[in-house]
Amino acid sequence: MNSSSRARDLKLISCHACGLVLDNREELSHARCTRCDEHVYTRKPNSLTRSWAYLIAATILYIPANLLPIMLTTKMYNTLSSTIVSGVIDLWQDGAWDLAIIVFTASVVVPILKLGLMSFLLISTQRRSTWRQRERTKLYRIIEHIGHWSMLDVFVVALLITLVHFNKLALVQAGPGIVAFAAVVVLTMLSSMSFDPRLIWDTDEPKPHTPPDNGQTNG
Amino acid sequence: MHSRLNPANLVICEYCDAVYSRTPLKRREKAHCLQCGGELYRNAHVDIDVMLALTIASAILFVIANCYPIVELNMSGLSNRATLWDTLLFTLDSNVGVIAVFAAASAFFFPLIQILLFAYVLIPLRVGRKPRAFIGAMHALREMQPWSMVEVFMLGAVVSVIKLTAVAAVAPQIGLWGFATLTLLLTVLSSFDLHELWDQSEALDA
Repeated sequence: MNSSSRARDLKLISCHACGLVLDNREELSHARCTRCDEHVYTRKPNSLTRSWAYLIAATILYIPANLLPIMLTTKMYNTLSSTIVSGVIDLWQDGAWDLAIIVFTASVVVPILKLGLMSFLLISTQRRSTWRQRERTKLYRIIEHIGHWSMLDVFVVALLITLVHFNKLALVQAGPGIVAFAAVVVLTMLSSMSFDPRLIWDTDEPKPHTPPDNGQTNG
Repeated sequence: MHSRLNPANLVICEYCDAVYSRTPLKRREKAHCLQCGGELYRNAHVDIDVMLALTIASAILFVIANCYPIVELNMSGLSNRATLWDTLLFTLDSNVGVIAVFAAASAFFFPLIQILLFAYVLIPLRVGRKPRAFIGAMHALREMQPWSMVEVFMLGAVVSVIKLTAVAAVAPQIGLWGFATLTLLLTVLSSFDLHELWDQSEALDA
């Protein structure tokens, strides 16, 4: 098909909230949707800068999320601390390999994939790469849909500390790592929500619609 | 040059900005973008009866899932059982209270508000009227969607049960089955495209 018909060139905007297509021949910068009153933009404002900011914050917090214990288990005066990764290893050694794979996917693979793929999408988009745009857009859709599954461990910790509190006999307590981990998941979700996939296709544009990518705007 | 088309008959791909004119689809058909493969829209008529039935069923299951314990744990003659709210309150009191705030929002308040808003929007639409705060309700539904995580909580409960079977006697309770069914219903309910409800409400204005 002829790829010449892009909404921005035709001066059309679709409302991201209700899907209505609006005529933007006047090129208003603060247009609102006539049906649902939401602000409409040709591109999400400051998409790349905001997406980077959340992603960098998530990457920094990913370190304490993995180094600090997420759970402290006390059995007969014996306290064991476990991190995200050691929890998966324990499951595997206990013979629950199926469960180990689920937790490994949600808690290790998905966060790393999100951090890595978001950086890749942001860098390739900034460089106006025309390499495999269709696949990169698909990648974005996948990232958007799998992100929240990483909250699995957060719910598991909340349930275990509630169920296992038998004084000295057996006690499970939460560790600070789980707070950092929850923050990583929230921040990567915000990062992918801020990213505008239409920018992947804005490769031939003379002047950028987003501010310079180093985050500095002329003031 | 392009002649000016009627915007109401157009659809723009939210992933790559390509413009298409709408064509009617058959039941269960979806229109995909030729350029990037993203979904453009689904068969134009959302079945409000089906959505309303799912909403009411979800409301009932939400009550069941939250009133009954999810798991019971027995250890050396002692036993603990926990509902979702036991879990939230206990976690709030622990050293990681902030986790409880997040869990309460994503596993309880957002799903609850979603169900209530769906009822608020769908019941009037069903009888051919548009609810007073339609716009606000629809925006809230859209914004809450990614943060509503009943399905993740559900999987977390299953993982917890299996983890505990290694060390103690665990018995899944009615609440767990409630959450499992609620997960299914909410997944189907949120698979409907909200854009189509906007289109239907607009038809009422005309």
